[in-house]
Amino acid sequence: MSDTLKTTPLHALHLELGGKMVPFAGYDMPVQYKLGIMKEHLHTREACGLFDVSHMGQALLKGDDVQTAIESLTPSDIKGLPNNGIRYSLLMNEEGGIRDDFMVTNRGDHLYLVVNAACKDADFDYIATSLPDHSLELLEDRALLALQGPKAAEILNRFAPGIDQLIFMNMGEFDIAGIPCLVSRSGYTGEDGYEISVPSDRAEELARKLLGEEEVEAIGLGARDSLRLEVGLCLYGSDIDTTTSPIEGALNWAVGKRRREEGGFPGHDVVMKHLSEGVSRKRVGIKPLGRAPARAHTEIADKDGNIIGEITSGGFGPSFGGPVAMGYVKTEFSKVGTEINLIVRGKTMPGEIAKLPFVPQRYYKG
Amino acid sequence: MSVKYTEDHEWVLVEGDIATVGITDYAQNAMGDIVFAETPEAGTEVSKGDDCAVVESVKTASDIYAPISGEITEGNQALDDQPELVNASPEGDGWFFKMTIADASELDDLMDGAAYKKFCEGLD
Repeated sequence: MSDTLKTTPLHALHLELGGKMVPFAGYDMPVQYKLGIMKEHLHTREACGLFDVSHMGQALLKGDDVQTAIESLTPSDIKGLPNNGIRYSLLMNEEGGIRDDFMVTNRGDHLYLVVNAACKDADFDYIATSLPDHSLELLEDRALLALQGPKAAEILNRFAPGIDQLIFMNMGEFDIAGIPCLVSRSGYTGEDGYEISVPSDRAEELARKLLGEEEVEAIGLGARDSLRLEVGLCLYGSDIDTTTSPIEGALNWAVGKRRREEGGFPGHDVVMKHLSEGVSRKRVGIKPLGRAPARAHTEIADKDGNIIGEITSGGFGPSFGGPVAMGYVKTEFSKVGTEINLIVRGKTMPGEIAKLPFVPQRYYKG
Repeated sequence: MSVKYTEDHEWVLVEGDIATVGITDYAQNAMGDIVFAETPEAGTEVSKGDDCAVVESVKTASDIYAPISGEITEGNQALDDQPELVNASPEGDGWFFKMTIADASELDDLMDGAAYKKFCEGLD
């Protein structure tokens, strides 16, 4: 198995730290370390966790008026993004579905892109083919580390004084312990934190420096998933995909105001129709009322037993202290507090539509 | 009294004509933090191999199978509120259910402690 899996520059370190390795998006990745998912999750919310997310795709898009160029593929307002500003964006198909979600940073004369591991080959092909007059430079010689949690800023500031002043969804170049890095104040946990793009040959050195701080623990993909679920962040391929529009996915905020009027991105007609006429189904938070988690693909029924939707992500929320989920329901059942039933292993279990996030997001906004 | 083991990492403690069933330390360790356990109701008839209980970690749900045929006499209700007992004491307070032994010869198909230990070593 591991012969065919790719590895990140931190692979040897994962093994040394006792990482339990699993295949994920073609990579051999740690699902957890010795602490286990529960403690890793709680430690990230209470102190600080270090994640290896080097499997994600990093690239630079270069060329004339690159901000305008990328807008032909995404409904985000990229031209309105200040220098070094970061935006959560969507790659769209003509049917108004989502090819992938990705992060776009405006670097002035170019864009820095981060896409999902499972989609990266397809995304980069698509972007390069769609924008033949621009050049897409894949950053295959860079690793990506995420340092997340309420202590992240204080810790990183020890190695890069001033980095604590970087504001959420902004990027800067910093030397961290003498290693040149491209640093975003962003993440996928709902906590304050950073995503650090670092040359591959210095990634392990940086990871060891950060893990040497007593508040920092290595965190695996298991806790990464439970952390993002508790704060209501979508997992591409589960919560949104090529069949869900941004409006069905409750990502209206990712469709720029100017872009709604101007259009010029794939699926604009569908998005506008969904905005003006409403949608028949919608992504919502779902709280199972018992102790049993309701996992992805659990059917959702109304109180009369009619199927009204399906869970797309579900599990146990360690900080929430109970099961949490999200999924799609028919719009008439999407109001917070609506009582529903969840069909778990053939049995009916009560649940209710819940407000997202389940746990408050805590970002540094200056 | 003797303890037998299955390839699904369950233990079966036989005391007289009642068997107590749970998951092994190896199994709880592999699953990680247990957040939910569902045990069968007394009176349920089960055949060897039937799924009759559920254990869930943060990440996954797993079925627990009847290691032998018989009738459930008791589910461990302590697990309803304290599923973490399965991690803390998998082969003690974290037991799942007790059952009658319909056919004692089915016990012969299970492994003894030494064989199970060897079985686990072969998995690592």
